[in-house]
Amino acid sequence: MSQVKGGPRNDAGRPRSARRNRAGRPSAALALPGVLFFAFFALAPMVLAFYLSFTRWNGLGDPQPAGLANWRKLLSDDRLTQSLTVTVGLTVVSWAFQTVISLLLGVWAAGRQRNRAVLSAIFFVPFLLSSTAISLLFYALLDPNFGIIHKDTLGTTSGAFLAIVFVGGWQFIPFHTLIYQGGARQIPEVLYQAAAIDGAGRLRQFFSITLPQLRNTATTSGVLMVVGSLTYFETVLILTQGGPGTDTAILPYLMYEAGFKSYDFGYASAVASFLVLAATALSLLMVKLSGFGAMRSTREGM
Amino acid sequence: MESYSRRWFLGAGTAALASAGGLTACGSGGGSGADGTLTAFVYGDDAAKIQVKSVNRFNASAAAKKAKGTIKLQKVPATDYPAKLRTAMGSPNAPDVFFNWGGGSIKAYREAGQLVDLTDVITSDSVLKSGFLPSVLASGGLDGKNYGVPMRGMQPVILFYNKTVFEENKLQPPTTWDQLLDINTKLKKAGITPFALGGADIWPELMWLEYLVDRIGGPQVFEKIKNGDATAWGDPAVLKAAQTVKELIDDGAFGKGYSSVGYGNGGAPAVFAKGKAAMHLMGSWEYSTQLGKFPDFAKKNLGWCAFPQIEGGAGDIRNVVGNPTNYWSVNARTSNKDAAIAFLRDSASLAYTKELIANGDVPATSNAATLLDASPNPEFAKFQYQMVQQAPAFTLSWDQAVDPDVSTPMLTEVNKLFVGKSSPTQFVSALKELK
Repeated sequence: MSQVKGGPRNDAGRPRSARRNRAGRPSAALALPGVLFFAFFALAPMVLAFYLSFTRWNGLGDPQPAGLANWRKLLSDDRLTQSLTVTVGLTVVSWAFQTVISLLLGVWAAGRQRNRAVLSAIFFVPFLLSSTAISLLFYALLDPNFGIIHKDTLGTTSGAFLAIVFVGGWQFIPFHTLIYQGGARQIPEVLYQAAAIDGAGRLRQFFSITLPQLRNTATTSGVLMVVGSLTYFETVLILTQGGPGTDTAILPYLMYEAGFKSYDFGYASAVASFLVLAATALSLLMVKLSGFGAMRSTREGM
Repeated sequence: MESYSRRWFLGAGTAALASAGGLTACGSGGGSGADGTLTAFVYGDDAAKIQVKSVNRFNASAAAKKAKGTIKLQKVPATDYPAKLRTAMGSPNAPDVFFNWGGGSIKAYREAGQLVDLTDVITSDSVLKSGFLPSVLASGGLDGKNYGVPMRGMQPVILFYNKTVFEENKLQPPTTWDQLLDINTKLKKAGITPFALGGADIWPELMWLEYLVDRIGGPQVFEKIKNGDATAWGDPAVLKAAQTVKELIDDGAFGKGYSSVGYGNGGAPAVFAKGKAAMHLMGSWEYSTQLGKFPDFAKKNLGWCAFPQIEGGAGDIRNVVGNPTNYWSVNARTSNKDAAIAFLRDSASLAYTKELIANGDVPATSNAATLLDASPNPEFAKFQYQMVQQAPAFTLSWDQAVDPDVSTPMLTEVNKLFVGKSSPTQFVSALKELK
């Protein structure tokens, strides 16, 4: 197709000089600050939390070895099962809610309509606010006496759940819209031109070109959403405190409550370690199932 | 110094856990410096201005020079206070002097050997010994030993009512439970919610159970629980109290939506001040909250009375629940115990007492009674002072009296009862399971 411009470049034909390779690659030392920061602020605390999960520690004095007690307690804790159910539910519903809206908005924002740039900038504003500020704002808006809805929204299980999904979406949809916008802009115009010649309408173009072309974008955004939902915290803390009862007590909230309300840091660390393991496993699984790891190009054959 | 570096490392880990939870619990308190500066942690609400003045007064005093130490006050944002204190106390940046609620809130620190036993200091010091109401002073300790010196106003839980609403509906404040139920019926007919309740914060819900258990079974029921006897949750008075709560809820006594109304964000006080609800069971600080948010209401329409008696119940109507006051305690690892103790003596001073009174608080000092005329509302101040002074029993708020690992699940169970997620029977059996 693109033979006119000289055909696809063939890397195999290039001279592969070792010297050139060394010159073109940045020195490993440049990565050192990043690696150190990661080791100190991410790896070390993670290892420490894992160690603490085998101890009994109330925050004072030295931790006492506790063997597998915390892990046994975790696996037999009714609240873990409940928490997992809520976490999974929240993740799935948030993912569906955010994906549909940010996909549509992103594709729209990638176009060339009038005022598009201004509106896109406005859409992006919620993402710039802190989750705490957003949660406090919605907490006030949802007050049954002085808010916008005169109902006991946060006091009912479904109301509290939907409020968390909505507030989370309100905050993060702008970010995912941006990702989808970037993805949609990468789709070559020729595909749409060809489709138009073949007589495909806008809807057909969306489902047959836009959606398949956004596959990798959807995986990236999806993994971010899922891992993000797993570590969701401020919104729950401020809006519902895990309530009513324990109906919105997601895993990170369970961890916070065990650590900073009950001062049972051993158990909190077990919950934290479990969360790290679950999140890692889940994101690996998602990447694997979606074929994202293979990084096949959506432009194959073009 | 090996244990130090280990502690530091653990502190860093806790801070990392905290930041993972979006909390900034990392201690930046500085600890005691070589220049003789001691750090004091205080709960950072509006009332902390009195502690600011106290610190300034102490630092300029002869006592500070003599003890070769000055105090640096650190105001910790209110909701983070217990978590921040715990994290700091486990690190080398621990405060030398710290604010607390006595009882269960300091138990872990005593077990870790981090509290200075103030019993001898207090008994040998006339200013401290006779400066405070004995019962309040005793509540700052554990097992008959003193670990704290009172430093704020008394905080009994009081039944507040809206005088205008009561007058318009020709009602009298209730002294018995039947009267209370009768008032509820009349208020509901008039379309007014009987009680404001900040259920989103849970602890306002707990106040109802504290008073109901006291009035039905007497103060000894919770006394047993506090002393570690979890089976005492099985006392019939607890079940009866939970059933009474359930009846109130079903009856619409708290209206609809109470479980998404907060106290801390001003929700429940506004419902009450605007006449949407006629009564509010709340700590004495309700007065200063209203004075700040709705001054006209606080000055003209705010009424108060004791929690009513329950017919056939074992508890005296004069019994009080709430927080006797807050306390200063001293960290056993302080570099200058003399200076810390010299600073505590300022809390018993006349100047300190007068400042508390001017702020609308009722100090736990023994000279307070004669000074209450200077209060912004002497009538309310005297009511409160006498209420505490004459109380046969003062039960510390349950969530402060028991260990934090019991109080957290306890509050969750209270919330479940109030939102209808568990029945009174389920409530009792869940509480009996708590360690």
